[in-house]
Amino acid sequence: MKRRVVVTGMGVFTALGTEVEEFYNNLLNGVSGISTIERFDTSELTVKIAGEIKNYDPEKYFERNEAKRLDRFTQYALIAAESAMKDSGLDLNTVDRDKFAVITASGIGGMETWQANYKIMMEKGTRRVSPLFIPMMISDIAAGRISIKWDLKGPNYSLTSACASSGHAIGTAYRTIQYGDADFAICGGAEAVITDLAIAGFANMKALSTRNDDPKTASRPFDRDRDGFVMGEGSGMLILEEYEHAVKRGARIYGEIAGIGFSGDAKDIVAPDPEGNGAKRAMLSAISDAGIKPEDIDHINTHGTATPPGDLAETMGIKAAFGAHAYNIAVNSTKSMTGHLLGAAGAIELIGTIKAVQTDTVHPTINQFNPDPACDLNYTPNKSITRKVRYAISNTFGFGGHNASILVKKFEG
Amino acid sequence: MSVEQKVKEIIMDELGVDEAAVVPEASFINDLGADSLATVELVMKFEDEFDIKIEEEEAEKITTVGSAIDFIKKQLGE
Repeated sequence: MKRRVVVTGMGVFTALGTEVEEFYNNLLNGVSGISTIERFDTSELTVKIAGEIKNYDPEKYFERNEAKRLDRFTQYALIAAESAMKDSGLDLNTVDRDKFAVITASGIGGMETWQANYKIMMEKGTRRVSPLFIPMMISDIAAGRISIKWDLKGPNYSLTSACASSGHAIGTAYRTIQYGDADFAICGGAEAVITDLAIAGFANMKALSTRNDDPKTASRPFDRDRDGFVMGEGSGMLILEEYEHAVKRGARIYGEIAGIGFSGDAKDIVAPDPEGNGAKRAMLSAISDAGIKPEDIDHINTHGTATPPGDLAETMGIKAAFGAHAYNIAVNSTKSMTGHLLGAAGAIELIGTIKAVQTDTVHPTINQFNPDPACDLNYTPNKSITRKVRYAISNTFGFGGHNASILVKKFEG
Repeated sequence: MSVEQKVKEIIMDELGVDEAAVVPEASFINDLGADSLATVELVMKFEDEFDIKIEEEEAEKITTVGSAIDFIKKQLGE
């Protein structure tokens, strides 16, 4: 017997805000979080911009000695998790912590820690590699740290599917509660790879925008002149809760997770299926899982990274899945403002999608200057809109051909 | 700076503890909040700061502030 699952807490830590309200208001107002990278010397790099979190001081959130033992991505995860926990209003002393799952995601993990220790090894030899290198770098450590911090003893792990990672983590958390393996889950993703090595890698594969002289308009999903994605960083975490429990305790319910759809492209290691078949199958699976019809979908928060092939493939996938109804759907791309948070993208974008469903507002896709004739859906250009949003889908797709669609339903009791 | 003082400062910095707690009989794990990984890091720091080499079997015996000071002094021929 499947159980219903609702969202009762949300937390973000991003360049566009460290509280959900601030983050969502910035999205509605079309604010770009992209800027020139200040964290390291970019003079040798072709890409000098990112959605970098400025003025971050770990000691505002952690004891100095604790911060030293946490890679940046785990710090972001813990900060967003703390916000989500508080936001949920859950009193942990009254819940069964054996039934509290932690399922997080990171596309890459502790890249800064990896680089720092590799440098130490090259300069001083293997004897100087930190004993904390492995437990700081491994991408699952955020899940472990969250469980330790709040003494959560239900199913606990992390998963990786590149840029689809947090979509898969949240979808898996949903199933975990649906089938009774947990009553609560903290789930989402964290990423922190604004480093010279990572930017060089993505830049050299020509995945990134090089619009260095105009950071705020660099991320142009679906626009004719889009030239790649902009790297972002941060974390998004959600508290999922079994419906009856949430109602019984009088929780504020943001929305209901009504279905998920996962698929694989089986085509190319990095390029999407050019016809968007994997995307189409993920979205249709989520619709079928929710027991609704394609015509019921009002809004799609796209993967929409601003790479030329990716946006076209997703547009084709949406058209193939929805037919004529595709043109009635309010489509948008959060990445036009946040950049691409890789393994955290699915989480912050699902938070945006849930806010849309909760408030009947759809944030814009900014930087729409010249429409691409091949991308002809309603991308909510430049200005947010108000419209009834009862059902919405958030898409995330990752290198390797991994696709995850999460379907959100307005909470109607 | 004396060896004692330098050792104390390294311990204070690495483990985030106050000077008052860093007494010769204080155990890194039992009194100063270190775990096994932190003690490995501490030994590495001693090696770096004093430019000495501490073999694994010797490192295992360095469990208190006093044992660290004694060992390092011996290594430095003091």
